[in-house]
Amino acid sequence: MPSPSAYGVGAILSVFKVLVVILVLIINSNSLGSETEDFGLAIDALKVKSFAQKELAATKLAGLKNERIDIILSALIEGKLYTKKNSGDVVIVTRLKGGDFYLEHAATGENLGIVGRREAKKISVNNKLRRYLKSLQAVRQLNVRDSDGRVAAIEAIVKTGDAKLRSLIVARQDIEENESVLKALENALVVFDLESSDPIRRLSAVEASSNNLDSNVRGKLNEMAADEGLSLEIRDAAIASIKEIEKRVSRFRAIETIFFGLSLGSILALAAIGLSITFGVMGVINMAHGELIMLGAYTTYLIQLLLPDLIEYSLLISVPAAFLVTGLVGICIERSVIRFLYGRPLETLLATFGISLILQQAVRTIFSPLNRSVVTPNWMSGSLEIVQGLSITYNRLYIFFFALMVFAVLLVILQRTRLGLEVRAVTQNRDMAQVMGIRNARVDILTFGLGSGIAGVAGVALSQLTNVGPNLGQSYIVDSFMVVVFGGVGNLWGTLVAGLSLGVVNKLLEPFAGAVVAKILVLIFIILFIQKRPRGLFPQKGRAADS
Amino acid sequence: MYKTLQRVLVAIALTWSTSVVCAAETIKVGVLHSLSGTMAISETTLKDTILMMIEEQNAAGGLLGKKLEAVVVDPASNWPLFAEKARELIEKEKVDVVFGCWTSVSRKSVLPVFEELNSLLFYPVQYEGEESSKNVFYTGAAPNQQAIPAVDYLMNEVGATRWVLAGTDYVYPRTTNKILEAYLRSKGVAAKDIMISYTPFGHADWQSIVSDIKKFGSEGMKTAVVSTINGDANVPFYKELGNQDVSAEDIPVIAFSVGEEELSGFDTGPLVGHLAAWNYFMSVDAEVNDEFIDSWLAFIDDEERVTNDPMEAHYIGFKMWAEAVEKAGTTESEAVQEAIIGVAVHNLSGGIATMMPNHHITKPVLIGEIQDDGQFDTVWETTGTVPGDAWSDYLPVSEDTIASWQKPLSCGNYNVTSSKCSGQNYK
Repeated sequence: MPSPSAYGVGAILSVFKVLVVILVLIINSNSLGSETEDFGLAIDALKVKSFAQKELAATKLAGLKNERIDIILSALIEGKLYTKKNSGDVVIVTRLKGGDFYLEHAATGENLGIVGRREAKKISVNNKLRRYLKSLQAVRQLNVRDSDGRVAAIEAIVKTGDAKLRSLIVARQDIEENESVLKALENALVVFDLESSDPIRRLSAVEASSNNLDSNVRGKLNEMAADEGLSLEIRDAAIASIKEIEKRVSRFRAIETIFFGLSLGSILALAAIGLSITFGVMGVINMAHGELIMLGAYTTYLIQLLLPDLIEYSLLISVPAAFLVTGLVGICIERSVIRFLYGRPLETLLATFGISLILQQAVRTIFSPLNRSVVTPNWMSGSLEIVQGLSITYNRLYIFFFALMVFAVLLVILQRTRLGLEVRAVTQNRDMAQVMGIRNARVDILTFGLGSGIAGVAGVALSQLTNVGPNLGQSYIVDSFMVVVFGGVGNLWGTLVAGLSLGVVNKLLEPFAGAVVAKILVLIFIILFIQKRPRGLFPQKGRAADS
Repeated sequence: MYKTLQRVLVAIALTWSTSVVCAAETIKVGVLHSLSGTMAISETTLKDTILMMIEEQNAAGGLLGKKLEAVVVDPASNWPLFAEKARELIEKEKVDVVFGCWTSVSRKSVLPVFEELNSLLFYPVQYEGEESSKNVFYTGAAPNQQAIPAVDYLMNEVGATRWVLAGTDYVYPRTTNKILEAYLRSKGVAAKDIMISYTPFGHADWQSIVSDIKKFGSEGMKTAVVSTINGDANVPFYKELGNQDVSAEDIPVIAFSVGEEELSGFDTGPLVGHLAAWNYFMSVDAEVNDEFIDSWLAFIDDEERVTNDPMEAHYIGFKMWAEAVEKAGTTESEAVQEAIIGVAVHNLSGGIATMMPNHHITKPVLIGEIQDDGQFDTVWETTGTVPGDAWSDYLPVSEDTIASWQKPLSCGNYNVTSSKCSGQNYK
């Protein structure tokens, strides 16, 4: 415990500190008076309603010298700049949970406390202004230390298409040392040189643009190709470049379409693979399969709700959790309803359809009919750019590999484990298996649990692609049956091949026929195919299959 | 023994008579919104809105000295069931007015019922127009109150010269896109610069379409997407837009069916700047809106809920109906139909909504950009309000048609060139 005298000394010291701060402030405000005043005025000018005037105000602000300008500009871009209603101060807002605002004075960074959300009015920004602000920001960041930041700034400057900014690029080129930044600068100059008055420069820029897929560049090339005032040489070069670009684009499109198809197919296969086990192995037409998928998606939602700090890992945790939850639900369904209905497909169909409705309405009552928001972790959003103009979205890529993994694991279970052996035996001949000492009931429970659990795992993947709502399952049940029937009942390989090929066929048809007709055509194709080969792509062989 | 029997009889008679008296003393309000099935996601909120309005009206003393009583039925997103439930409400429950429907097909399904039984329906959702019924009051936007101003905004303020019209494959997007295509062509847009794409309900795989849009938009002209994609399909569509890096600054998407409620289902961070055209946003800065939001949050007892445009339409419709009933002194259909034309009430954006003779109302048009908190920020609005046009001026089949339910015309589709009223048969 400090002695009373220590308190005294502390108090004197703090008074002294305050005095010093006040003194410093006075000196500062004297020497920088007009500068701070301008700064304050420029910030206040942002409060106007018209976007054109806001643009002028922002330009003025960006021209001043103050370390808070970058903070204010980015707050404006992110929609965090507000006007405090009672004082008229421009403030930077941080939204708190529960809707209240934490305010920070824009000009000084002073903490203004927490207020209700109606006590501040947003300084709104539209797309045009946002783009302009980003270019202002880019110009300011052209000289930042981080080389990636510089590359991003250069790309943002190119995107503005503002010829006045060319000199900045040239200036930077003289002092730049980093390889990748130099390359970005060179590319930027090519774009600017498309409008150069020097014909040689322009020609080489046009020729160099043949691998640039940017929309602005294409626009300029198109203009040049059509402009009769230009020399024939440049126009021909422009036409050649456009042709080259188009060739590239259509090549990329072909690759993309295949990937889209595989991705759609992997989702179809993932959704169907659980059904393939229950339907194929046990002969149970489980109409509630879609709802099991839905429960898997809701498990993901719950996991994210329960572990808000582990969003990045939530999917990894959800996979086993969803497997357990839906597996247990599946076992309950099997024990309470399905086991009484073996060998009566029509009744099973009706009963499981009823269960699907019950599950849907239960979810609607518990979680509300509104869609629930499942957060996409950072590592799953965005896309992987292979080359300019060809990129693959991460979520699809991961789900594709995930589907293959699930498939591989299932294959191992069915081919290499005791359970798999028993399952296969029961599939081939139920009575004979029983005679050999296999407990049919136990195999039924485990198989149904396994199939249901896989449906839940599919739900985790789907939560990243589509709505997590009570109707999630309905949209996948028909597709799942389609895949299983097409692939051949009871054949895992068949399900995988059928899913992937249906996905690719669908995506190949889509550009020509449109999404609606493509879907219909696929359905017709399957109907015809089933007429020709009722047992699907890979029919089961053996005596049991014939009976 | 006889005495007890007598007492029982008297008691029965008493309860019966009081129940009859009670029935006479309440005004029944039918609520016809799906509470299960695909549309439950949007329509449940509207049911709650009407229940809240009724509660408030009762707290303020009811109507004509009587209490209001809600009769809620669930048509379960099943279009034929809508007609059955409408008949049940009017014939069996004897309701005086119905607030209901969301999709155009459900409205078309109940329309003959309301006309046959001469009852009143307030329809709160933006729709494709080309209709005006004596018995229906359209409190949502007609195309000229949403689609056309939205396209004007993109053309004049954003500078779009190339257009993608993307929609779900059913009547509202098809008709709206037909009107928009005609409008764009009349503004000199070439056919090759308009791409039209339809997708099935609940479409979940948007990879190729988003990639098509990207390709269409990278050919050197400023491209904008006009989306009439409905309901659930929007979430995967926007997710795909975000993942494929289609930024609003390059290719803005303007939506007519995406409101605060649809956005509450996911993270809007990657969508900032994409647009929506409505007549109301929750973020509108008006005192009456703040009050409405407060009472909604209190009623629904959930701080996270949002308000949206169809809710405002129901708010306006309910206020208009209440005022017309007071004005007419009765809830009888004919009298209310006559009294409601010209009735003006406050809307939630601080202006006035008036019921027009064509049974549409006046509305301001707002264009908003999506923010990262799932709200819209108004970036443009009409200076005054726009009266709803039942029959589009841009479609050759309806350019000469007008609607007015005021005497002497009293016709929903009057052809001004042939001076003929073709009666109430709609396509």
